[in-house]
Amino acid sequence: MVHEAGSSDEMRERFDAWVAAENKVEPQDWMPEGYRKTLVRQISQHAHSEIIGMQPEGNWITRAPSLRRKAILLAKVQDEAGHGLYLYSAAETLNVSRDQMEADLMSGKAKYSSIFNYPTLTWADVGAIGWLVDGAAIVNQIPLCRCSYGPYARAMIRVCKEESFHQRQGFELMMALSQGTAEQKAMAQDALNRWWWPAVQMFGPPDNDSPHSAQNMAWKIKRFSNDDLRQKFIDMTVKQAQALDLEIPDPDLKYNEETGHWEIGEIDWDEFWAVVKGHGPASRQRMANKRNAHADGAWVREAAVAFAQKERARAQKAAA
Amino acid sequence: MSDIATDNGGWPLFEVFIRSKQGLSHVHAGSLHAADAKMAIENARDVYTRRNEGTSIWVVPSEAISASAPEDKGALFDPADSKIYRHPTFYTVPDDVECL
Ligand SMILES: [Fe+2]
Ligand SMILES: [Fe+2]
Ligand SMILES: [Fe+2]
Repeated sequence: MVHEAGSSDEMRERFDAWVAAENKVEPQDWMPEGYRKTLVRQISQHAHSEIIGMQPEGNWITRAPSLRRKAILLAKVQDEAGHGLYLYSAAETLNVSRDQMEADLMSGKAKYSSIFNYPTLTWADVGAIGWLVDGAAIVNQIPLCRCSYGPYARAMIRVCKEESFHQRQGFELMMALSQGTAEQKAMAQDALNRWWWPAVQMFGPPDNDSPHSAQNMAWKIKRFSNDDLRQKFIDMTVKQAQALDLEIPDPDLKYNEETGHWEIGEIDWDEFWAVVKGHGPASRQRMANKRNAHADGAWVREAAVAFAQKERARAQKAAA
Repeated sequence: MSDIATDNGGWPLFEVFIRSKQGLSHVHAGSLHAADAKMAIENARDVYTRRNEGTSIWVVPSEAISASAPEDKGALFDPADSKIYRHPTFYTVPDDVECL
C-alpha cells in the first residue's frame, strides 16, 4: 500500500512496485492521477454499458414466446441493472459522484459499449446477445477479476459469477431455434449474421491501434491485449457455432493448423468507429430512452427524498 | 451525521452488510444509494441478494463509518508481528501427550 510521503516521483515508483508485485490498490491509498482517471473512465463506461445494455433485450420481454423464456429474460435484464450498480459503486470510490457519471452518460460525453447500439429485430437476437455478447463480455471480464484496483476486481467477481447463466441461456435459446423448424433455424442464422462482427469488435481496436494498452498492462488494469482476448473469443465461439450447426458469416474464416487458432477475415473498423462516434443504427434511440426514463423518474426521486425528510422530522418531533 | 437525504436531490450512500446464513456474521457486500434506510434495505435485497445470498441485511450510512487511515497501518498492526507467542504453534510440547 502506498501512502503520501516523499516526492511524487518516489510515490510513483513505490506505486509501480506495489502494483507490479500483484498487490491491490484500495480507495484510500495514494495513486497516480492517470491511474485514477483511467479507472474512472473504464469502470463508468462499463457501468453505462450494463445499464444501456438492458434496452436491446428489454425490448423483447413482453414478447418472449413462453413464460419460461420471459422469466429468464427478466432475470437476466435485472442482473444487468445489478451489474451497473456494482460498477457505479466501484467508480464512486474514486471520488466521482453518481450524479456526475449519469450526467456524462446523458450528455453523450461518456461512452458505452457500441454493441448496444444495434437493434434487436427478432426473438433470435435475444439468443445471439446472450451467446455472443455475454460470451464476449465474459472473456473480457474474467481477467478483470484480478485487476489491481480492489473495488473493481471485487465487483467483477460478482459480475462474472452471474454472467455464466446469461451466456448459457443464450446458447440454449439458439440451440432451440437451430433444432426447430427451417424458419426458426433461418432466424437463428440471421441473428448470428448480424451480431457476429459487432461481437468481434467488442474487444476494441487492434493492438497496433490501442495507445494506452502498455500503461494499462503495467498498472495491471488490463491483463491481455485486445487481440489476444478477441482470439480467445473466436476460438471458443467457432466451436460453439459448429455445435449449433450455424455458420459464422465470414468466408475467410479458416483454421491454422500450425498455431491451432481460427483466423478471421478483415474487421470493418470504419463501422466500429462510426458506431463509437454515435452513428450506430440504434444510438439515438438508446440515448433518448435513457434521457426520457431519467426525466420521467425525476418526480419519484424527489418524492422519495421529501418523504425521507418528512419521516425524519416526524421521528425527531416524537423524540423531543 | 448530517442530513440523510442530501439537498442536491442525490440520495446518500449506504454500506450494505449481508448475513449469508444463520450463525454467521454480517459481511460487507457493497454499497448503494437510497433516500433513507428503509429504501436502502429494499434496494439491497434486489441488488445484493438475488440468488439467496442472504438471510439478513444491515445498512449503514457510509458517512457514519470511521475507518483507520492507510498510513497508520504500521503503527496499528506491526506490533502484533513480533508476538508470535500468541499462537499455539510457538510452543514445543511432546508429540505423545494428547489433548494439547
Ligand atoms: Fe452484465
Ligand atoms: Fe457486462
Ligand atoms: Fe450479462
